[in-house]
Amino acid sequence: MPAAIEIDDVSKHFRLYHEKYTSLKERVIHLNKIPFEEFWALKDISFDVDWGETVGLVGHNGSGKSTLLKCIAAILQPTSGEIRVRGRVAAMLELGAGFHPELSGRENIYLNAALLGVAKKDVDLRFDDIVEFSELGPFIDNQVRYYSSGMYTRLGFAVAVNVDPDILLVDEVLAVGDENFQRKCFDKVEEFQKEGRTIVFVSHSPEIVRRVCDRAYVLDHGMIVGEGTAPEAISILREYQAKGSGLASMIASMHEGEGDPNHPDNPSLTLIGDPEERVTVGQISVSFPSAPGTGYLSPGDPMTVKVSYEATRRISGVIVGIQLFDQKGDLVFGTDSDLMGLEPLDVDTQGELEFNFPTVPVSDGLFSVAVGFTSAKDQHIYDWQNQDLAFKVISMGKSSGYMKLDPRLVQNGEAVPYRP
Amino acid sequence: MDQTNSLPDKKIIASRVEDLPIRVVSPKIDILTRIRNIWVFRELLVSMVRKELRIKYKNSVLGFVWSLLNPALYLVIYYIVFQKILKNNVPLFAIFLLCGLLVWNFFSNALSSATTTIVNNAGIVKKVAFPREILALASVGAAFVFFLLQAIVLVLALLIFQVVPAVTYIWLIPFSLVALVLFASALSVALSAINVYLRDTQHLLELVLLAWFWATPIVYPFQELGVRLSQKHLLWLYFVNPVTVIVLTFQRALYAILGDSSGPILPNYSPMWYAVQILIVIAVSAILFVGALALFGRLEGNFAEEL
Repeated sequence: MPAAIEIDDVSKHFRLYHEKYTSLKERVIHLNKIPFEEFWALKDISFDVDWGETVGLVGHNGSGKSTLLKCIAAILQPTSGEIRVRGRVAAMLELGAGFHPELSGRENIYLNAALLGVAKKDVDLRFDDIVEFSELGPFIDNQVRYYSSGMYTRLGFAVAVNVDPDILLVDEVLAVGDENFQRKCFDKVEEFQKEGRTIVFVSHSPEIVRRVCDRAYVLDHGMIVGEGTAPEAISILREYQAKGSGLASMIASMHEGEGDPNHPDNPSLTLIGDPEERVTVGQISVSFPSAPGTGYLSPGDPMTVKVSYEATRRISGVIVGIQLFDQKGDLVFGTDSDLMGLEPLDVDTQGELEFNFPTVPVSDGLFSVAVGFTSAKDQHIYDWQNQDLAFKVISMGKSSGYMKLDPRLVQNGEAVPYRP
Repeated sequence: MDQTNSLPDKKIIASRVEDLPIRVVSPKIDILTRIRNIWVFRELLVSMVRKELRIKYKNSVLGFVWSLLNPALYLVIYYIVFQKILKNNVPLFAIFLLCGLLVWNFFSNALSSATTTIVNNAGIVKKVAFPREILALASVGAAFVFFLLQAIVLVLALLIFQVVPAVTYIWLIPFSLVALVLFASALSVALSAINVYLRDTQHLLELVLLAWFWATPIVYPFQELGVRLSQKHLLWLYFVNPVTVIVLTFQRALYAILGDSSGPILPNYSPMWYAVQILIVIAVSAILFVGALALFGRLEGNFAEEL
């Protein structure tokens, strides 16, 4: 059986103009010297997506993940290569794209469905479902320009999922809308998965990728630099976030050289380096000395991250690194023993390390912890593991915002007293 | 996801995979596939035309009546200026003028709105996949609906002035419309794509259309220029312009006055002559249309980036 989506050696070449000349005069004046940079947004991408699979595309901004999705959706044409997509495709790159503000919700449903290639009689059959899903009720006959952004988004989503797509392409859109709507979206996605529909999902949120995807590809600078199950792909992605693109290219080159693609259990990362000399991360556990047993932290409280490790033999010159991520996958904090100015570690075949944070000055949120070992000699990575939702911070409402700071208020040189 | 869970569904899918349409995304898509894609999305074309019309008259009290007022006003002004003040000798000048003006209005409306349509619809071009040619064709479609509306004015004028159309020529009208729509579509598709890269196109088009208007026998009778051109054996130059053929067909079939005491107005060609001319325009337009699709295909690849 042919795959749902076959991506065959696809490359996409972009020209980035520093200045855009679209008038004839400007073009003539600047003939042959229009400044631009050329770069490959996608380079030799090949993979198949099977029927009923949910595949994630992850990467940083500018990694090419959205470009690839747009190529699959036939919005962009690749410069070379070919993509074959079977069945009806619904692309959700922007919900409500193509809505015309002057038309009513009802008219826009038909117009939007026609844009997706759905016949009017099919829309007639599903019209009530769409209206129900969008929760617009009587507002469906109002002009769309009077809709709130939430109504707009709901209607866009309702049309896209109700056109009976065989393949659904989703770009970040599930991150919008209120909580209730998000849950509805995820329910719908799960329903699609149960029905065996194929989904390709672009996101930079590890949470969502883990929740939704069976499998994911990691993109960096237009190349696929890793693939695996969702957790594997996320740890590869974290790697990149941690070390920047210099390391990215290093991993890419090692990834090419390493070559044991038949070993499905091996995510790309653990294959890097000499197999004789390896340190692996065992258990990562987080504890709260000031509030043992509560399961959460107040802003500014101390925290201990305990890491067990194993090594193939006694290895010297090891650097240990730690990173904290917020729920969106953004790096909150990261350091390693080298940056901290510490001596390289000698590790035995087994042992334990502790990072003691005297204070964790962040406000509310769920945070992930990643710990890794690298070699001080040549910077190569022994192992890098992360623990999602490792700890939770709940503030008691003394402040708002991202960080917990502790300002003192002084009036005319005298400290303002606390309330009794 | 639990893999075993989705297995039965996979079988259902497998049974119909062979029937599913395949969409190939690649830099080289042949013309036939392009035409087939347009056909698949024909309902979108209808929706887009309807959208254009709805939006044009949304929130206006008179609605489509405005479209009728434009040719009606032309009728009155040209009648007063040319027949009463300048005293040209063309009998029933208003009817003569309207025959050509209707054709021209369609042609120029279609081209002007198609040229800017891709740029104006950047929002959906960047976010939704569909054959982009539809946008240009929708402009032509909307212009054609306006043409039909304005034709009401012509029919009314014919009734009021009791003009009897030429029965032996009237059957040429539908064919000339096919030729006109095909010709306008070919140019529209090409211009809409070019304008994405060279925004000057839309301004240049205004000038070209102005010159083109006066090169076509709309305001002045064909024979006025035709006689002089044929003396110099340059009459063919007149027919390089396909719009001339269409306008002439309309005038011959509906206005149907070859000339009067003051001089000739329309040439005395047979219906077959017109039929052949129209067929030539259809053939040329078909070739241009294929060429326009090829050009569009080449340029389309970078639309999303250029907008």
